[in-house]
Amino acid sequence: MGTELGKYKSCVSARSTNKEILKRSQDGGIVTQLFAYALEEGIIDGAIVAGPGDEPYRPRPFIATTVDELMSARGTKYNISPNVSWIKEATRSYGLDKVGIVGTPCQMQAVRKGQLYPFGWRDVDDKIALAIGIFCMENFPYQSIKQLVEDHAGVSMQSVKKMDIGKGKFWVYTERGATVQLPLKVTHKYEQPGCHVCLDYVANLADVSTGSVGSPDGWSTVFVRTKNGDDIWGKAIAAGCFETKPIDQVKPGLELVSKLANEKISKNQKTVEARATFGVNKALRNPYIKP
Amino acid sequence: MAEKITVGHVHMSGCTGCLVSLADNYEGLLTILDKYADLVYGLTLVDVRHIPKMDVALVEGSVCIQDKCSVDEIKETREKATVVVAVGGCACYGNITRFGRGGQPNQPQHESYLPVGDLIKVDVYIPGCAPCPQLIRNVCVMAYLLLKGNQEQQELAKKYLTPLMQLAERGTEACGCDLMYDVVNQGLCMGCGSCAAACPVRAITHEYGKPNVNREMCIKCGACYAQCPRSFFNFDVITEFEGISELIKGALQ
Ligand SMILES: Cc1cc2nc3c(=O)[nH]c(=O)nc-3n(C[C@H](O)[C@H](O)[C@H](O)COP(=O)(O)OP(=O)(O)OC[C@H]3O[C@@H](n4cnc5c(N)ncnc54)[C@H](O)[C@@H]3O)c2cc1C
Ligand code: SF4
Ligand code: SF4
Ligand code: SF4
Repeated sequence: MGTELGKYKSCVSARSTNKEILKRSQDGGIVTQLFAYALEEGIIDGAIVAGPGDEPYRPRPFIATTVDELMSARGTKYNISPNVSWIKEATRSYGLDKVGIVGTPCQMQAVRKGQLYPFGWRDVDDKIALAIGIFCMENFPYQSIKQLVEDHAGVSMQSVKKMDIGKGKFWVYTERGATVQLPLKVTHKYEQPGCHVCLDYVANLADVSTGSVGSPDGWSTVFVRTKNGDDIWGKAIAAGCFETKPIDQVKPGLELVSKLANEKISKNQKTVEARATFGVNKALRNPYIKP
Repeated sequence: MAEKITVGHVHMSGCTGCLVSLADNYEGLLTILDKYADLVYGLTLVDVRHIPKMDVALVEGSVCIQDKCSVDEIKETREKATVVVAVGGCACYGNITRFGRGGQPNQPQHESYLPVGDLIKVDVYIPGCAPCPQLIRNVCVMAYLLLKGNQEQQELAKKYLTPLMQLAERGTEACGCDLMYDVVNQGLCMGCGSCAAACPVRAITHEYGKPNVNREMCIKCGACYAQCPRSFFNFDVITEFEGISELIKGALQ
């Protein structure tokens, strides 16, 4: 395949040099650190992030305009957060000229489509100043996560400190120090169905994309993709925001990232193809061919 | 520099908001008029009384079929224009005029309004109420490249315009319900939120990550479905977002 990791200018393993950020970040704190730097330098004047919502681990997208607000959004919530729903409002009542947004690969796709084909997004296209993508194998509806955590793992949602999918397992860590793991085969039926036609693993369309796979615990794998991303990343490195290691000097490195990306894309490509003969002489729609 | 293309603005049952959107490209519009297009018709801006021949007709508004003059005009537009573009929710989908049902003085019989595509073949759709200035601009630049560009530019323009042509083929009905029929019901929604950001009347909220449309508020503009990355997602164009954005910016320098 060869295109599974998208276009990129550079790839490193990295983590934030800010200990406060790392206390609650999912991995190397790349997202929070890069936005915090961009905010302080005036590269962005706010960022759309997935903050705490009405129920434990239910994300609520909002526009963070301070570092404290960015800090409140640290950590992965393994359920849907419609971050893009704020993209126009950020340029309206919030009055932002330079918008940051973090999101899954599909959300980066949404942002780029909206920049090239804005139907209801007037004056948004050139106000997107930093789009950070996070790797994503699949996502879940909130009720799925609740069922996995409460029924399968037997942990109350209130007591969860962190959730993680890695090393072939779904991990739940509690505030009081317990760890429960579920095999991924238990989680599959709970996945969001719309994820099964998704052909992007490492947020190919972001300015900078990051995830955990490929790097050791507490570190992140980072792809720097666009001119804009390269410019901001270079400045953040020069300002001492990140420790980095060349990706070919860490384990398991890019090989594993490529392998997982290929697996995701080929599995989902099959699902997309199977939709063409889903019924009897009747197909399900293929968005990659026409609306 | 190749010669310019000729463009007209045809005003059917619209509000002129689509034309204002075109004008809201500010100096970008002036550059387009300087370098790429002559505005040969447009009752709001140009003193030409009758529809002339033109390369591109930007049609705004739907058609009142009880108004003979309007019906004649849209047919004539099709005859005179090489490319017909339906600009805005009304021309594409009827939009607010879908709710027209007559009974108001002084033409109480003016009760039936149809999107342009129900009377003539439309080539390209630009949905939205109002349609975005940036999309109208992009289509103008691409139409120029399609008609006057070199081979490479023509290919790019064709690729860019394809989904907008496919929307025109798809039909003349739009509603927030499209998100249900053609995205959620089809197993394609992934909860990104683009639809809610597109809706001009805030009819869409997300409940547990999925769109919830308040259909009493929906004005049937079609922006939400068009904006949804799971309505169309043409990798060949969108993956090249950096280069294409630069090209369009460059063209307007
Ligand atoms: C659904 C999902 C699936 C993922 N799958 C993988 C995977 O397969 N492989 C892999 O390597 N990495 C995966 N990740 C990414 C990984 O979990 C981390 O989000 C990423 O490494 C960033 O960590 P960080 O320490 O840099 O970010 P932090 O500094 O901790 O910040 C995390 C940021 O992510 C945002 N965020 C949290 N939840 C969501 C959400 N549901 N939707 C949108 N934004 C959100 C928050 O707003 C916050 O700004 C996934 C993330 C999500 C949300
Ligand atoms: S798997 Fe794809 S569609 Fe699903 S949340 Fe992740 S990026 Fe979006
Ligand atoms: S829900 Fe909103 S965006 Fe969608 S058609 Fe109705 S008014 Fe337009
Ligand atoms: S725009 Fe996003 S949230 Fe809305 S219907 Fe499409 S995929 Fe679902």
